[in-house]
Amino acid sequence: MDRHRILIVEDSPTMRQLLAFALKRLRGAEIVEASDGMDGLRKVTSDDFDLALIDINMPVMDGLKLIHLIRQEPDLAAMPIVVITTEGAQEDRERALALGANEYLTKPIQANRVLAVAKALLKLE
Amino acid sequence: MSDDLFDRANEFLAVFRRGADFTKELVEENARLRRRLAEVETRQDDAAQDTGEWAKLRAELLEKIRGLEGERLDALERMRSLEAENQQFASRFVEVEAENNNLANLYVASYQLHSTLNVAEVVKIIIEIVINLIGAQTFAVYVHDEKTGLLEAVASEGEDVAVFPSMPLGEGVVGTAVATGATQCSGEQESSDYGSPLVAIPLKVNDRPIGAIAIFELLAQKDAGLSPLDHELFAVLAGHAATAIFAAQLHSQSERKLSTIQGFIDLLTK
Repeated sequence: MDRHRILIVEDSPTMRQLLAFALKRLRGAEIVEASDGMDGLRKVTSDDFDLALIDINMPVMDGLKLIHLIRQEPDLAAMPIVVITTEGAQEDRERALALGANEYLTKPIQANRVLAVAKALLKLE
Repeated sequence: MSDDLFDRANEFLAVFRRGADFTKELVEENARLRRRLAEVETRQDDAAQDTGEWAKLRAELLEKIRGLEGERLDALERMRSLEAENQQFASRFVEVEAENNNLANLYVASYQLHSTLNVAEVVKIIIEIVINLIGAQTFAVYVHDEKTGLLEAVASEGEDVAVFPSMPLGEGVVGTAVATGATQCSGEQESSDYGSPLVAIPLKVNDRPIGAIAIFELLAQKDAGLSPLDHELFAVLAGHAATAIFAAQLHSQSERKLSTIQGFIDLLTK
């Protein structure tokens, strides 16, 4: 069975639990959680991940800065990134996608939508 | 030289004999096939002349066709019913999937609310739930002050907590929600009057007023308004958030009392 390592970078424990709950339904999913951008950067640069879900508004380092830093790392250039945020404005979406995010989902999230996006980016089914 | 010629003649004779044998076999096979053809033609002629035999054969074939046609119709009917069943399963699957997602949200909300005995943390979790699971932009969390009898905003999002007015039980939308124990929904998308929220969720433990959550504005992407899941979350918040705040308050009081009693004991014993 293929293993899929997924990093959730989100400061809200409620959201982290909800996202982990949804993503654990993917076969072979291994979820790692980070509570802010800096923690996320540490984890993403020290381990291999197949997908990262990143919130924008976080303490210490925000999600946009994290995406920018991730995309500067040649080894991480191809890792799919999903932004999960309360910011629903079109310019926020465009900014995140321009920085290198692959998908942009707004809160409140639908678990099946998160799953569908994760499956598509992990090229499952 | 003569020996060589003799050998060549023998070789030629052998080849000729083999050719003769092969020709003989071909003639015999030809004769056998002619006999077989004659037999088949005779049987065909007999069958053609015997109309009874033809009729019987025709009836048998027609019966077979009818049977096969029946089987085809049965198969089509079965396929149609399987298709309908399949569609039922597909729509049921979608329903179960939605229900599963809703239950996950409700589970996470109640799990998080009961994960701490610290009042400030409980309030923080309530805020997370209202932002992330309900999708509110501007809202306030009220707590009932037993000394003053007022509902006071202790935390907020989207606006400074000071802008949300305190109010006694039974007055205004929030006070009425807490006094009656019924969630108040205005059905509007936004309210700039901080005394009159879109939704006021009472937080009560049995008949004891604990506080309220007042929502004034939803996130832009919630343009479709509140969903049935949001109303289920309101019910979860009304019950579990109230219990969580109450438990945390009791815990905090008991910690203080324990500390006071410990102080007395220390005074008496030292």
